[in-house]
Amino acid sequence: MRRVLVGVKRVVDYNVRIRVKPDGTGVALDGVKMSINPFDEIGLEEALRIKERGHADEVVAVSIGPDDVQQQLRTALAMGADRAIQVRTTSAIEPLQAARIFLQLVEKEQPSVVILGKQAIDDDNSQTGQMLAALWDRPQATFASKIEINGAVAVVTREVDAGLEKIEVDLPAVFTTDLRLNEPRYVKLPEIMKAKKKPLDVLDVAALGIDLTETLKVVKYEPPSQRTRGVMVKSAAELVAQLRAKGILQ
Amino acid sequence: MSTVLIVAEHDGHRLSAATARTVTCANQIPGAAVTIVVLAAEPAAVAKEAAALAGVQRVLTITQAGNTHTLAAVLAPQIAELAAGFTHLLAASTTFGKDVMPRVAALLNTSQISDLMAVEGERRFRRPIYAGNAIVTIEVPPGAKVVATVRAASFVAAAQGGSAAIESATVKAVLPRHTRFIGVESGATDRPDLQSAARVVSGGRALGSAENFKHIYSLADKLGAAVGASRAAVDAGYVPNELQVGQTGKIIAPELYVAVGISGAIQHLTGIKDARTIVAINKDAEAPIFEVADIGLVGDLFAVLPEIELALAGK
Repeated sequence: MRRVLVGVKRVVDYNVRIRVKPDGTGVALDGVKMSINPFDEIGLEEALRIKERGHADEVVAVSIGPDDVQQQLRTALAMGADRAIQVRTTSAIEPLQAARIFLQLVEKEQPSVVILGKQAIDDDNSQTGQMLAALWDRPQATFASKIEINGAVAVVTREVDAGLEKIEVDLPAVFTTDLRLNEPRYVKLPEIMKAKKKPLDVLDVAALGIDLTETLKVVKYEPPSQRTRGVMVKSAAELVAQLRAKGILQ
Repeated sequence: MSTVLIVAEHDGHRLSAATARTVTCANQIPGAAVTIVVLAAEPAAVAKEAAALAGVQRVLTITQAGNTHTLAAVLAPQIAELAAGFTHLLAASTTFGKDVMPRVAALLNTSQISDLMAVEGERRFRRPIYAGNAIVTIEVPPGAKVVATVRAASFVAAAQGGSAAIESATVKAVLPRHTRFIGVESGATDRPDLQSAARVVSGGRALGSAENFKHIYSLADKLGAAVGASRAAVDAGYVPNELQVGQTGKIIAPELYVAVGISGAIQHLTGIKDARTIVAINKDAEAPIFEVADIGLVGDLFAVLPEIELALAGK
């Protein structure tokens, strides 16, 4: 069975503007809309396309977290994943721990491809995929904007600072998605009904024997310093005059 | 005393400006002794530039044919091996640093701090989360190695005038062959580099087409500026991906940032918050970009841009 494993992280929705709690102990999340991390949604869409093109037989969606993440896994199943795995944790985990959890799943599921988002839009770390690839001792192709699978290898186009880089990797490999890899499909109502019958397994993280001791300690949360609103000008000439007055232009 | 190892970013010929900014970050760590490592097939030219940066004590070179291209899977085991003698390991938070450093951290069994934006102590740092909507202070426990990527826009570039010793180092790591470089397609031009330019002119969705971006390029040329874009403009195919500024694109800190037809989504603003002066030109007076702009002008960009060029010419 050729399998694609996809990470699905539950995060605060893209459109929500979060606030730091007044006591600086965290970010206020009560009643805030939660969604699949947008980069993970792109990863899931790519996994489905890999299967549809005949390069995989099964797509497995994985999420790590409390039982709330089952909502996002059900959405993933409605989008087309064949089954889902929740690794149940009660506390927040770091990317290195997430990578260790994925490594255990990889050893069990033996996927030919693992796809993760290039970053989660909550902690913006951009680490888990690279860390998994290191622990697994397999190739990584991060920030992918195009993935072409040809048998036992894949050619991946990566969005890098210099432009578009192409690399070839042997499978199995870890890919992380960039924005322009694809546009995820919309979920149709009948699919949501069908998704309820698809298998969703729950593994307790304790059973995996992974050390969840925090290695980085978050001491405090603060709102960012704000830029202040400047002046409005009426014309291009006035704009240029202002820039000259400030010494920015000669 | 902190022994800091910085992984040099380069294209085989020149050291990246982001690395010079990372040197400034490293020197803010109390008691830091800073070493730069250059991994390359022919490291001499890059090592020379690294050695000339003020605040660098030593430059190490690792010369291997396999280091011709920046493949994370190839570089990471070499960096991890060299890291043994250091308390801190840094690289700029560019696509290069973001790709390679977590792989190194995992090989070292260490957590990583991404996008380090301020140094508060030997093991205490600040970084942004939620697209810069919150800033966290993080402490690394005693005994653990500090591995971090550095948000280059938060630090000025180290000055010239250093004269570090250059030494060659060897590593035993066996390099994997499972990852192969094919090529880079780059829109490289004679224009200033977006990441390090002192002036940047960016266009958004309001430009309406790739063709219309000529108005942005034209103004950029008059100002000697680099060209950037919002995610919307890149998604629409007006300009290539490497011009994207924001949370998931480039984080920049120019002296002058001119946002043309960009509404100012929080994901874009996080990429420019360290800019010295922000100028916004937008048709919509309610656009959020005006909340952070130092100088704002409400108007049709197709009328305003030629007027600005005229005003610039008539000084």
